[in-house]
Amino acid sequence: MNKGLPKWADVVLIPLLSLLLAFLVSGLVVMFIGKDPIQAVQVMVSGALGKFGIGYTLYYTTNFIFTGLAVAIAFHARMFNIGGEGQAGIGGVGVAAVLLSVAWPHWTIAIVAASLGAMAFGAAWAAIPAYLQAKRGSHIVITTIMFNWIGSALIVYLLVGPMQAPGMVPETVGFSAGAAIPTLHDIFPAFDKHAPANVSLFLALIAAFAVWVLVWKTRLGYEIRAFGHSEKAAVYAGISPLKIIMVVMLISGGLAGMMAVNTVQGEAERLILDTVQGAGFVGIAVALMGRSHPVGVVLAAFLFGILYQGGGELSFEMGIPREMIVVIQALVIMFVGSLENMVRIPVERLFVRFDKGAA
Amino acid sequence: MTVETQTQGQPSTTAPVAPAIELIGVSKSFGPVQANKDIDMTVAKGAIHGIVGENGAGKSTLMSILYGFYKADAGEIKINGVTTEITDSHVAIASGIGMVHQHFMLVKPFTVLENVIMGAEDGPLLRPSLAKARKVLENLAHEYELDVDPDAIVGDLSVGFQQRVEILKALYREADILILDEPTGVLTPAEADHLFRILENLKSQGKTIVLITHKLREIMAVTDTVSVMRRGKMTATVKTSETSASELADLMVGRHVTLEVEKNPPNVGETILEVKNLCKTDGQGVKKLKDVSLQLKAGEILGVAGVAGNGQSDLLEIISGISAATSGEVSMRGESIDLTDKASAAMRRERGIGHVPEDRHALGLVLPFQTWENSVFGYHNNTEFSGKYGLANQKAMMEDTKKKIEKYDIRPTNPHLLASNYSGGNQQKIVIAREIENNPDVLLVGQPTRGVDIGAIEFIHKQIVELRDQGKAVLLVSVELEEILALSDRIIVMFDGVIQGERMPKDTNEQELGMLMAGIDPEASS
Amino acid sequence: MEFSTIIQILDSAVRLSTPLLLACLAGLYSERSGIFDIGLEGKMLAGAFAAGAMSAYAGMPVTEGGLGMTWGMAWMGVLAAVAVSIVLAMIHGFASITLRGNQLISGVAINFFAAGSTVLIGQHWFRSGGQTPPLSGAQRFGPINLPFADAVKDVPFLGPIYEGLISGHNILVYIAIATVPLTSWLLFRTRFGLRLRAVGENPGAVDTAGISVVRQRYAAVLIAGILCGLAGAYLSLGTSAAGFVKDMSAGKGFIALAALIFAKWRPRAALGACLLFGLLEAIGNRYQSIDLGAFVVPVQFMQALPYILTVVILAGFIGKAIPPAAGGEPYVKER
Repeated sequence: MNKGLPKWADVVLIPLLSLLLAFLVSGLVVMFIGKDPIQAVQVMVSGALGKFGIGYTLYYTTNFIFTGLAVAIAFHARMFNIGGEGQAGIGGVGVAAVLLSVAWPHWTIAIVAASLGAMAFGAAWAAIPAYLQAKRGSHIVITTIMFNWIGSALIVYLLVGPMQAPGMVPETVGFSAGAAIPTLHDIFPAFDKHAPANVSLFLALIAAFAVWVLVWKTRLGYEIRAFGHSEKAAVYAGISPLKIIMVVMLISGGLAGMMAVNTVQGEAERLILDTVQGAGFVGIAVALMGRSHPVGVVLAAFLFGILYQGGGELSFEMGIPREMIVVIQALVIMFVGSLENMVRIPVERLFVRFDKGAA
Repeated sequence: MTVETQTQGQPSTTAPVAPAIELIGVSKSFGPVQANKDIDMTVAKGAIHGIVGENGAGKSTLMSILYGFYKADAGEIKINGVTTEITDSHVAIASGIGMVHQHFMLVKPFTVLENVIMGAEDGPLLRPSLAKARKVLENLAHEYELDVDPDAIVGDLSVGFQQRVEILKALYREADILILDEPTGVLTPAEADHLFRILENLKSQGKTIVLITHKLREIMAVTDTVSVMRRGKMTATVKTSETSASELADLMVGRHVTLEVEKNPPNVGETILEVKNLCKTDGQGVKKLKDVSLQLKAGEILGVAGVAGNGQSDLLEIISGISAATSGEVSMRGESIDLTDKASAAMRRERGIGHVPEDRHALGLVLPFQTWENSVFGYHNNTEFSGKYGLANQKAMMEDTKKKIEKYDIRPTNPHLLASNYSGGNQQKIVIAREIENNPDVLLVGQPTRGVDIGAIEFIHKQIVELRDQGKAVLLVSVELEEILALSDRIIVMFDGVIQGERMPKDTNEQELGMLMAGIDPEASS
Repeated sequence: MEFSTIIQILDSAVRLSTPLLLACLAGLYSERSGIFDIGLEGKMLAGAFAAGAMSAYAGMPVTEGGLGMTWGMAWMGVLAAVAVSIVLAMIHGFASITLRGNQLISGVAINFFAAGSTVLIGQHWFRSGGQTPPLSGAQRFGPINLPFADAVKDVPFLGPIYEGLISGHNILVYIAIATVPLTSWLLFRTRFGLRLRAVGENPGAVDTAGISVVRQRYAAVLIAGILCGLAGAYLSLGTSAAGFVKDMSAGKGFIALAALIFAKWRPRAALGACLLFGLLEAIGNRYQSIDLGAFVVPVQFMQALPYILTVVILAGFIGKAIPPAAGGEPYVKER
């Protein structure tokens, strides 16, 4: 694949050029709907990185680190988990179930318990598609998409039925005060008081480090990568495809579920409808841009955090609908993912010419 | 006769009969690899012209250029004296060139007729084309001993018949020049003989045939002229009647070689591995193994001969734990081995069974992995490579790899190089080093020297013999009879999922083994 | 259950299965040629928007900046839907055929692009939360009453079937159903179909036969684009939605893919599979919650039923489906 390309070009240059193209086309879309792209960039950047905005940007970043890692770990086993949306949603049910079960004395215990609940529920929601892929060969892309729809129906059912708080609003009762986790403002008063970013950002960074260790430093990670490169070779080496598919998808679902600690425990402090808001899908773009590497995922998640927060400002200040973000996300997936060769092939040619010229 | 109506070459202005093919200075490279260097070649009209050379000598690339599958970087091609720019296969077909590829270019779920007409249909609707093709095939069948059921699904046909479909495809397109790339690799000797009769027939009808092979016996038997290729260059073109197999072999490798392997008489011990009544039926209900039983003893190399696809691969896969058996038993030193799906290759390695797989690219190596990762592949859970908490002891893996690189002379010596960047011989050395250094009691070896250069072949053979001299048992599967004869202490021949016969190497020869490979027992029939 | 109720449910099943069928056949052409198309959903959605927007624009009085057409607006909508869907199909083709990129990722990107851009542009043009203006009259496709439908409706049994089930659909429903035998014929009786099927099984065989793999695959992807456009047009012009609504494809593109697998990539079986999914949806729509005595099946379960069934069918409880051998893999000449 990367014949004659130095590693930095492969890992940094090509994704950046692809990203640039995606942004250029996004700019054209902005122009098409009669707005000024330069102004849009200014609004986004100032809105996302200002004193007020940064707390939101990091809040989104936390979500995207979790969902991006979820997609990335699955990519390492050459699986496409497009079900982060549903897994994160059901992860929220897990968080709510745990936090509503007892009155938690202190947030440090509550966040551990909620994380376990989030991971367990998220993993469980990934388990069925994983098992069906491993045992019955059902296409995991289609089954995980179906599980997104089924999951959202299930959450609606729970919030208008068994878990509903008294009244007509589809939500649970609020969590006890002991379950409230500190926001970044509580730790660093420099952050705006209303900003939702909270300590789960650190959980996300820990998760990124853990994924790095898992993939590159453990024997399980070695097996996952081997399986991802060649299932036949993995079987030859005594690696069980069933085990890898299940383990990877459980980890992936668990990571996606973890997002709910940020949104449900950290922000909403009760389970409400639609806590995920597309973050599961953003994870795909984040993982592709980050080359499935945890460091890349964290950086890409931050970029998308800026886009999301800035995108909110766009609709506020310039009347560009929030869906602009979905378009940008689609263009990033397209240019960084499927159209990558459009950039790669000319860059490779350039390097070959350069090499010859130097020699 | 539709086939007879072709013109016998175009009226040429230069010579009485222009050569069918003339290549002048053809070159082609893939990235840094120069596959063909400045090739000149002339193939006379109506001749059978052989091209020999080792694996990777550039034969297939050259013919793919001629067929328009690749574009040459430089050079000129003349067909029947006319300079022709072969931009794609369409042009080649229009110039009267037909090709039988090594890997058949057939659509398996299609019928023979559908395969034959595809690309040469007479109109937008299939019905008239199919009817016409049916007639033409009937005629061709009579003329050239090319009988095939036109309505059979190609995927259901044996490889011999599939090859006939490939030839029929070319003839249906009225090819005058037929290129066959390694046509006998998948055929039994009897099927190969039938093929050669067909080629003689075609020649007598005025067709020109180019036969690419690395088997000298075939060259000597059927060709009129032979060209030798080595490392992308054309080294010689000679009349077959004026040369010998040994001279061609020297030309092929550029130095004198013998495939003899020096080895002492075996010191055979007790039975280590026993296979009893092994049966395997695949997903499509095809019986791949039928009641196979064998014993493998310490200190011997048991060679398994046979045409590819007669059950040898399944035997290796079951013993090595890659696929499950339908029924039967395998035991190691009297203890039986679980043959169900759940039993894995890891379990086999714990029991002392090493495995050099037939397909090192698909199984033996993870091509995007670095050498140190590949050199522990399958043994990565060994205690010496295991750190705490599921971590991998990468330092130990690296040390181990460096030792293997030195001991097995693997080049380049960089343990961080990706497997895909090594030559075939060095890739195979990585696999062999890994499997032998893990000190197995039984080593399963499949096609150890396929796509491996001569130098590495000698080295690999020596390693296998050394292992056997240490009292280990080796089960060697190879489709190369020469290799089987040179290495084995005992030989069994497989045909259609059964063991067709067993011979000692000193009591047998290629002819007898060839008959067994075709399912004929010479002793029973005589 | 009354006979008339059954007829009503079946009638609604036919309507609901129409977009599935068109999308399913689109997938069939694409996947038979070896190109996975997870982007059926997005093409359908973009088509629905283009149809709704164009039809509304065509019917808008000239004084308000429209074309002021009084008839044929719906057909203008269909043309727009097909055009937009083809553009997306060509992007998918460019990514997966020319650039040999990842076909799944390309499809996912197209889905997101459609989901975002339809609302974005819809809001820009019509300023009503991404919806197109409500359509009426010739801006939509109305029911077509087949000859004698009224005359025979009192004939016992067959009469209601003819009048209530076979007659009275809009033109796109009949087009969708007619596409089934047409596809069957094209695929199995023509040179085009032979080459299309071959390129999905063994592109090498097609290449060595002197036929362009690239052209064959683009042709297949193009047809998929046309059919997805029709499916989208049906959503906004042929249903009671009477216009484009945000995310109105609601996973139909994926259900169509599941139906395609269920049908084992065969056109006639695709019709059956899509009718089955349509029937389930019809039942779910009619019976919002089912009281089983001991407990009540909640409405959310009924809504999720098509998705659950898709999972069940994909799990292959209906026998092993073997996809085209070369599906999903870009064609690279050996070496």
